[in-house]
Amino acid sequence: MTSTLTPVRKRSALTKGQLPKYAPYVVLGVALVLGAAILALIGFNAFGWGVVSAVLFAAGLVGWSGAVEGARKAKDKLATCLVVGAFLVALLPLISVIWTVMVNGIPGLLNPGFLGTSMNGVTGVFDNRAAEGTGPVVGGIYHALLGTVQITLLATVISVPVGLLTAIYLVEYGNDRPLARAITFFVDVMTGIPSIVAGLFAAAFFFAVVGPGTKTGAVAAVALSVLMIPVVVRSSEEMLKIVPNELREASYALGVRKWRTILKVVIPTAISGIASGVTLAIARVIGETAPILVTAGFATSINNNVFGGWMASLPTFIYTQILNPTSPSNPDPSSQRAWGAALVLIILVMLLNLGARLIARVFAPKTGR
Amino acid sequence: MTTTSLTSSRGAGRAGDKVFSGAALAAGCLILAVLFGVALFLVIQAIPAFTAPAADIQGGEGFFAYIWPIVVGTLIAAIIALAIATPVSIGVALFISHFAPRGLASGLGYVIDLLAAIPSVIYGAWGAAFLAPQISPAYGWLAANMGWLPLFHGPASATGKTILTAGIVLSVMVIPIITSLSREIFLQTPKLHEEAALALGATRWEMIKMSVLPFARPGIISAVMLGLGRALGETMAVALVLSSGALTASLIQSGNQTIAAEIALNFPEASGLKVSTLIAAGLVLFVITLAVNMIARWIISRHKEFSGAN
Repeated sequence: MTSTLTPVRKRSALTKGQLPKYAPYVVLGVALVLGAAILALIGFNAFGWGVVSAVLFAAGLVGWSGAVEGARKAKDKLATCLVVGAFLVALLPLISVIWTVMVNGIPGLLNPGFLGTSMNGVTGVFDNRAAEGTGPVVGGIYHALLGTVQITLLATVISVPVGLLTAIYLVEYGNDRPLARAITFFVDVMTGIPSIVAGLFAAAFFFAVVGPGTKTGAVAAVALSVLMIPVVVRSSEEMLKIVPNELREASYALGVRKWRTILKVVIPTAISGIASGVTLAIARVIGETAPILVTAGFATSINNNVFGGWMASLPTFIYTQILNPTSPSNPDPSSQRAWGAALVLIILVMLLNLGARLIARVFAPKTGR
Repeated sequence: MTTTSLTSSRGAGRAGDKVFSGAALAAGCLILAVLFGVALFLVIQAIPAFTAPAADIQGGEGFFAYIWPIVVGTLIAAIIALAIATPVSIGVALFISHFAPRGLASGLGYVIDLLAAIPSVIYGAWGAAFLAPQISPAYGWLAANMGWLPLFHGPASATGKTILTAGIVLSVMVIPIITSLSREIFLQTPKLHEEAALALGATRWEMIKMSVLPFARPGIISAVMLGLGRALGETMAVALVLSSGALTASLIQSGNQTIAAEIALNFPEASGLKVSTLIAAGLVLFVITLAVNMIARWIISRHKEFSGAN
């Protein structure tokens, strides 16, 4: 009698038919070991190990879950595995790109004079010598860096006033009129213009107005503005929209004119968001290659005049150094310069992105909400 | 007296108001003018390519014979890119919106946005220098084992610089666009629908299948269309990765060409009628992407009207 009354440790009815908490870890460990064993048979590499282990892990976990918990829970586990897998797959190229640029770019960047000299007078002879080991890799990206800064600056000077004023029109004056709706729609459409078409437009415009074959930094800046304006409009519009209406009404109640209200109340409230949006827009256009390629040509020497002569930029520098090496028989020095320029470009873009986040955080208005 | 001072000050203020609202209106109209100008100047500069005798166009058979293989090539590359990017992006968006721990979600979203920040020329360089050599053994395997399919007809390219590689690089560039838009839509799913599904005993996947995905379907479609617009117009990835050639059905041989890459590769050295031909090609690309984008925006705007009412 007493023996039947002794308390038996049973699993609670609530957790019955569930996998134990440690199940995923066990399956992961088994999958890693099995994966390593399978890869050892057919030749080991880290990428294959990851793929095989991931497949084994998903199969093992889903199979076990199907046996213990039933088909519905198993399907849920499968979906979770697929979704997490998709995220990891999306991370692979990001890591791979950054790794490739770092590994290939650092030798180029550490080359003395890389940031301070141009490609003026650098010919295939020097590159052949460098490839044979009898001379240094000469030449640098100074002209391209200068060109990128000038073109991007001019594009910013054109786009920010136009974009900001358009956003002000849409938010403060538009009132959902047909014109405002049309502008919103076409700004959205403009974000989708392929960058090379923007370049062709600027080229076609200047060919028709100034003369055939006009290629200067200013043409490139116009092309970049076509890409930049919609981004500035969208981000500024979002920022102006979230300025509380009470602020505007308080200002009107004090008898302040609408334009002064906008300049003194609305814009200062939204300025952090606007500035961060503009920084992101610059980060977007600074890496554009195609529009500059068809509008600014390609220069190997320093050009300080945006309005005259061909101009180099970092993206087109990378592109031409890879596609048309300075010395066709020895492309290695050219590709070293290209990767060095790529590293500089990626650092610039990342700094701009980081800067945008910092601006948004540091200068955010204190709304007390 | 007071009335005059009031009206005079109002006069000055009114002028400021007029100037300011006028400037804002002008800026808005300028944008419309620019878009109109894009179309107009492309048409003006492209006309010679349409009117010139067929023998003068590159290839010697007229503009239509010149443009259709690269239109098809553009579509092939874009379709490959979307076929890869769509499932991955929806998975990533679901991971960030419904699977990842709350605290991590925004950080993970930022990581995916970094993918969009990397300039296209760097993707191109990466595709040509890293991806193509790594992937060419796989093409050899495809040619040997699945060569009976016209898509994988051998011999495979030894360098790996094929339209399939270009499509894969394009898909990496499209993923952040589709992901960020779908994520927004997934987060807009009415919380009550989700909780109702969970309260009825649905698993997380069943909840997503029953409440999130049906709600988000129009949004996903338009996100994919916007990704398509990007993939169609992307230049550098294709120009650097693909060793171009005549139109072929096989995805693993070198060959095929896209409009954008064709323009980028030839425009810097072009002159005379060749410039017109390339600008006409750009016009074709503009019309295609414009149509795709307008359809996508139309779907979004139609969806917006009833997404608020839950």
